[in-house]
Amino acid sequence: MAAYSLDELEYWNDKIEKLVWDAGLDCYEQHFEICSYEDMLCYEAYVGMPSHYPHWSFGKAYERQKTFYKYNLVGLPYEMVINSDPCIAYLMRDNTLLIHILTMAHVYGHNDFFKNNRLFKRDTRANLEMEMFKAHANRVREYIQDPSIGPDKVERILDAAHGLKFQTCRHGERKKISEEEEGTVPERLKDDLLAFLAEKGKLAEWERDLIHIVREETMYFIPQLETKIMNEGWASYWHYQFLNQLELPQGLHLEFLQRHHLVIRPHQGQINPYFLGFKMFEYLDQQPGGREKIMAIRSEDRDQSFIRRYLNQELCEKLHLFSYGIQGDDIVVTEVSNEEGWKTVRDNLANAVGLGSIPIIRPVGVENGTLLLEHVCDQRELELNYAQETVKYVVDLWGGKVDLRVKIDNNPKIISCSEGKIVNIHD
Amino acid sequence: MAIFKDGNTNSSDRSAWDRKRHRQLVEESIKKNLGDIIAEESIIGQSKDKKIKIPIRGIKEYQFIYGKNAGGTGSGEGQEAKGQVIGKANGQPGQQPGQGQAGNNPGEDVYETEITIEELTSYLFDDLQLPDMERKKFAQIESERKFKRSSFQRKGIPPHLNKKRTLAEKIKRQKMAQRDKCDSEENESPERIPFHENDLRYCRIKEDTRRHSNAVVICIMDTSGSMDQTKKYLARSFYFLLYQFVRWKYEHVEVAFIAHTTTAQEVNEQEFFHRGETGGTYISSGYEKALEIIEQRYNPAIWNIYIFHCSDGDNWGEDNAKAVALVNQLCTISNLFGYGEITTSSMYGSSISKEYEKQIHLDNFIMVMMGDKTDIWPAFKKILDTESGGNS
Repeated sequence: MAAYSLDELEYWNDKIEKLVWDAGLDCYEQHFEICSYEDMLCYEAYVGMPSHYPHWSFGKAYERQKTFYKYNLVGLPYEMVINSDPCIAYLMRDNTLLIHILTMAHVYGHNDFFKNNRLFKRDTRANLEMEMFKAHANRVREYIQDPSIGPDKVERILDAAHGLKFQTCRHGERKKISEEEEGTVPERLKDDLLAFLAEKGKLAEWERDLIHIVREETMYFIPQLETKIMNEGWASYWHYQFLNQLELPQGLHLEFLQRHHLVIRPHQGQINPYFLGFKMFEYLDQQPGGREKIMAIRSEDRDQSFIRRYLNQELCEKLHLFSYGIQGDDIVVTEVSNEEGWKTVRDNLANAVGLGSIPIIRPVGVENGTLLLEHVCDQRELELNYAQETVKYVVDLWGGKVDLRVKIDNNPKIISCSEGKIVNIHD
Repeated sequence: MAIFKDGNTNSSDRSAWDRKRHRQLVEESIKKNLGDIIAEESIIGQSKDKKIKIPIRGIKEYQFIYGKNAGGTGSGEGQEAKGQVIGKANGQPGQQPGQGQAGNNPGEDVYETEITIEELTSYLFDDLQLPDMERKKFAQIESERKFKRSSFQRKGIPPHLNKKRTLAEKIKRQKMAQRDKCDSEENESPERIPFHENDLRYCRIKEDTRRHSNAVVICIMDTSGSMDQTKKYLARSFYFLLYQFVRWKYEHVEVAFIAHTTTAQEVNEQEFFHRGETGGTYISSGYEKALEIIEQRYNPAIWNIYIFHCSDGDNWGEDNAKAVALVNQLCTISNLFGYGEITTSSMYGSSISKEYEKQIHLDNFIMVMMGDKTDIWPAFKKILDTESGGNS
C-alpha cells in the first residue's frame, strides 16, 4: 500500500459521512473499491462497469486512454462512480491520501445526486443496474459462442447499434398506444429510431435483442449526459464544503486547495462542467433561498433547464462566457456576455449541453421498402462524412434502402444509401 | 458506514479480447488501404526504414454529429470582443475552441499509424499467402560459417573450457566424497577439495553453415519519347513492388537497371527513373543488354533471375521478331520474366503485346496491362500467381 492505510481512509470517511449526514444529503450505501491503475483504465474503458459485454470499441478506448496516460496527455480520473445501489466508487491505489479524501467527499455528492435527481429516479433503477449489465454481457457472450451466430455477426450488429445509440427516446421510456397504419411510423416510435429499427427492421430475434441491449444501456447513461454540469458541479460544491469543514492538517489542506482549483479551473475557450457547475451552485447558495433552494434544484433540473433558469447576466459576465462560430476558416466570437448579448450566450449554451450536442434523426415513413429519415434541423447541420457513414448502419439494421433528409448549406438534400451501401447525395 | 474493499490485484485482464480485436481491425484497415498506399509516389525508391504514415479508416466510430457550422460556447478571460478571431477552424489542436469537444470535431478520431516500408511489404506479402517458391539448388554462393556451442565433452582446448559445468562436476564429486565419509565414519574433513582433471568439461563446438539464396532483379524500362512522366511513374510503382517482393523472398538481392530506346544502357536507379529521352524504340536492345549482364555477372546456375520490363508497347515493327526471340531466350535462364505494358494513352496498332501473346507460351512469362495506378496491385498479384503456380 502507498503512504496511507485503509484505517486512515476509514477514519476520514467516517468524518465525511457525518458531514454528509449533517448537511442533509441523502445517499445510497457507499462502497469504495481500491484498485490499481490498470484496473482504473479498464473501468474507464468499460464505462465503469465490472461486467460488460465485449466489443472492440472498448479495446480501442482502453488503448487510447493508456497511450494518453503514458504520454502524460491526461491524468486518470480521480474518481469513478457508478449509479447503482449500493453506490460503487473506485479509488486508485497510487493516489495520495488527500486525493482519496477529496474523492470520497466528491463521491458522496454524486451519490446524493444519483439518488435524488428526477431524471435518475425516473429512468434508472439503481438497485438493478449492475444485474442488467451482467445479464447483457452474458447474453452477448452467448450469441458470440453460438455456432450459428458467432463473433462477426454479433460485431456487425453492435457496430451499427453503437453508431445509432443516441438516436433513441431522449426523455425516458414512455408507453404510448396508438393506431398503426401501413407505411407510417407509429407514434410511440417517432422519436426512437433505434427502437423503430429493432421492431421493424429485417432482423433475427437475437439481432433485435442486441439492439435492445445497446438501447437499454443508452437509457441508463442518458441521465448522466443530461446532467453532466449539474452533477459535477454538485459533487464539487460539496467536496469543497466538506473538506473545508474537515480541519485537515495544514499540508493536506494546501494540497486540497491546489487540487480543487485544478479540478474547477476554467478551460480556455471551452466549458469545463466542473467549473460551470461549481460556480453556479456556489453562487445560488448565496442567493435568497440558499441551501434549500439548491437542494430543490438538484432534484428537479437537468443541465438545459438549470442553465436556462439560473445562469443570469451576473454569472455570465463573471465567468466570461462567450459564443463562437466558424466563419470561413476562422473561429470568431459571435456574442459576449454583456447587457445585450448574455441571453444569446446563455441560450446557445443551453441548447448545446447534454443531448443537445447530438443531432436528432427521426424515422418519418416507409415507401416501397425504403426507410425515410429526417434530420430535425435547427441552425446546425450534420457533418456530412459522418452522416454518410452512419446512414450505412441504418441500412444494416433496416435491411433495405434508406433516404435521409438533411440540409446542406441551408438547402434541403437527401442522402441515399442503397442496400449495397452505395451512398449518394441528391436534391 | 461505507464499505472499503481492496480490489483484487491480479484480476484477469478483461480488456485483452477487445484490444486484440481492435488491433486486428487496425491491421485489416491497413491492408485494405495498401492498394492506395503503394500507389503513393512518396514511398517509391525510399529506404526500407523510411516511415510512412497510413491513415486508418474503418476504425472510426461513426455517429450522427453536428458539422462545422454548429459553433459553440466557451469561457474566456473577459477580453473577448464580438467579431474577434480566436483561432482557426482547422488549426492547431489543443487551445482552440471546438477542438477539445468530444464528438464535435470529426478530425479528432482520424488517426494515422506509422509503419516502415519493411513492415508494409510484410503486410503486403503476408496477405497474399504465397506458397514457398522454388529456389535454385545450390543457390548459395555466399555462405556464412558460424560456430555454435552444443553439448559438452571431456576433452578440449582451454579456450573452450566451460567453467560452470566444471564447477558442477566438482561439487558432485565433493558431495559424493562427503557421503562416502559419513558411511565410513571417518572424521577428517579436508579443508578444501581441489579441481580434478576429471571435473573439467569443455564445450563441444559445432560448425554451422548458413546458406544464402541470391536473386537478381533486372529492371528494363523503355525510356523512349513516348514514355511520358505518368507512364514512368506507373512503371516505377510497379518496379518498387517487385523489388520489395524479391527482396522479401531472398536474403541477398541485387538490382540492375537497364534503360533503352533504340540502344540500351545500364544506368543507376536515379537515372533509371528520372531520365527522359527522345527517339524510337528497339525493345530487343534492352533484352540484349540484359543477356549481356547475365552472362557477365549473374550465372543462371547460382542466381535466381527476375526480369521485368515496362514499356508502352510502341515498338518499331522491324524489331518485333527479334524481341520475341530474345524473350524466349531470357525465359529459359530466368525464374520469371514479367512484361508490363502501360496503356495510358490511346493504343497503337502495332503493340508488341499482341506479338507476345501469340508467340510466347512459357510458364514463366507473364504479361500485365496497367492503365492507371489502381491497376498496379492487381497486375502485381497476377505476376505472383504465375510465380507460385509455375513451380508446382
